[in-house]
Amino acid sequence: MRRSSLLLLGALSGTLLLSSGCSLQPWVKPYERDRLADPIMAWDRDAISSGYMDHIRESREGSRGATGGAGGGCGCN
Amino acid sequence: MIAALLLIRSTIADVLPDDRADVFYSKYSGGGMDITGYSATARAKITENFAVEANYFIDKVSGASIDVLSQASVIKDERKQKSGTLEYLHDKTTYTASYISSVERDYISETASFSLSQSMFGDLTTLTLGFADTHNTVGENNGTADVPKVAWVGHALSRAYSGGLSQILTKNFIADVNLQVITDAGYLANPYRSIRYLDPLNAKGYSLASQVYPDTHTSTAVQVQGKYYLPYRAAVTALYRYYNDTWGVVGNTYELDYTHPIANKWIFEGRVRYYKQSAASFYSDLFPFAGSQNFTARDQNLAALDNTTIGAKVTYAFLPDGWRMFKRGTVTADVSRIRFNYLDFRDIKDFGLPQYAPGTEPLYQFSATVYQLFLSVYF
Amino acid sequence: MSKISTLLKRCAMAGIVVASTAFAAGGDASGPAPAFTLTTLGGQASGLSAYKGQVVMVNFWATWCGPCQQEMPLLDQMYKKYKPAGFTLIGVNVDKEAPAVKELLTRKPVSFPVLLDPANQVSKAYHVDEMPSSVIIDRKGQIRYIHRGYKPGDENDYQDRIRQLIRE
Repeated sequence: MRRSSLLLLGALSGTLLLSSGCSLQPWVKPYERDRLADPIMAWDRDAISSGYMDHIRESREGSRGATGGAGGGCGCN
Repeated sequence: MIAALLLIRSTIADVLPDDRADVFYSKYSGGGMDITGYSATARAKITENFAVEANYFIDKVSGASIDVLSQASVIKDERKQKSGTLEYLHDKTTYTASYISSVERDYISETASFSLSQSMFGDLTTLTLGFADTHNTVGENNGTADVPKVAWVGHALSRAYSGGLSQILTKNFIADVNLQVITDAGYLANPYRSIRYLDPLNAKGYSLASQVYPDTHTSTAVQVQGKYYLPYRAAVTALYRYYNDTWGVVGNTYELDYTHPIANKWIFEGRVRYYKQSAASFYSDLFPFAGSQNFTARDQNLAALDNTTIGAKVTYAFLPDGWRMFKRGTVTADVSRIRFNYLDFRDIKDFGLPQYAPGTEPLYQFSATVYQLFLSVYF
Repeated sequence: MSKISTLLKRCAMAGIVVASTAFAAGGDASGPAPAFTLTTLGGQASGLSAYKGQVVMVNFWATWCGPCQQEMPLLDQMYKKYKPAGFTLIGVNVDKEAPAVKELLTRKPVSFPVLLDPANQVSKAYHVDEMPSSVIIDRKGQIRYIHRGYKPGDENDYQDRIRQLIRE
């Protein structure tokens, strides 16, 4: 638990320090996001369906957790 | 049980997703079990920044899984699940709160969860943090399927912490890493499952006894996935998940997915998944004698096993460009075939003395098919 | 462990604040508006110079951008309303391919000129960092205001700025 939370905080602050300036600029411009905005590039088009499959797996496997994804898309607004 | 409900669903932290309603039918058939599910979901934006979602799910179970078959009678049960979610978008942050309640005759589960999703670095990076609390009440039906007599045997509390980082790597490629740590405490066993130990005095050669589980359990899962856009308009996804826990179970999941659309009307998807796990440290198919260990389990979920899934999904847009207030309407069919293979769990329902001495029965294997059919309309 | 985690937590909070304020919806801007020449769907060449002396709003949009679709009808209304007063709206489309643009504009036509920027040269010249983006240029060809993104109600903001610049 301690190692995992340190890892998380490390990743979090690393990304935030990156985004707060420095020399790195977003390398994919908002007008270049047409492919990423395509619905086929969504992590999860149908959450009900994937939630159901996850439930089935958890009832028959000894593992759980860490399924799912966020982000991507057109980046509008 | 809880982690599926904690699915950090796809959030795009720039606008809230479209309003949508779905009706869903599912059927799971395999290993002696038949489970039919019906569900209805609706989500709507109350304001541009605030959305609500509600879901109702009914699962009807009939039949019995192998270890219940080995010992007890057929089961018939119904599970009703209700959930509500609130989503609030402010600038580049989406806050989500949800509550899920699942009720069966002999099992009640309630989960409250909260998550935060932050879009940053020119919207190339999305950071998600989540937290959930679950309370389970476990019972045991000592009657029959038709005339139940449920005794409540224990409670379990669970807490889950999740973190995720999603990163757009190129115009065509997005990657994601997810971490989830779950801690449970309380009554963590399945009351219907028993262990067996060698007993020459018994006609079968073995006797049954109750499982004894530890009253704590902590697990860590890390998943990485990448999605790549192929130039002719298709997407390929690769996923790997590593799991381990304080019970000694180590699990590896590998999945490959291919999505192929045709114009604005059809989306075809194929997937292959392979999962392998090692047994829990206190698991055994056959214990040498009663009380040989402090903790004992013979639950097939904790056995050394692997499974392979092949799935196909077709989505057809019957309203590709909308009609009146509907922006889009689709119908989807999804079929998965799963082959389960146990490496240290034996089929003692169909096999035993005199042909098979205890511990030499064939290893258990079965196949299951999962069907899903749903209708979705977007507003 | 606890000292480090407190420090990291503080950095994280500061970072979130910086990251979110960096994306304010609109801001005053300055400098001459870069000239450009692009083609319409019909293949005719046009550009900023055709509207010299007028108040111009350059709206960067794409067929795959939801909020862009949302604001189009409102931009159309705004164009019709202020055109007689010396205002023009130019829609610069950033799609890589024209067919999707043609299909959308056939289904949902607009009356303001739409120019195609598939090579994204104009988007780069205007430093577009959000979709949609609206750049408001005064009668002297100077950029006065950049509005990033679109949320319902933003059109009131646009109208205030346009009225202000028309009066100048």
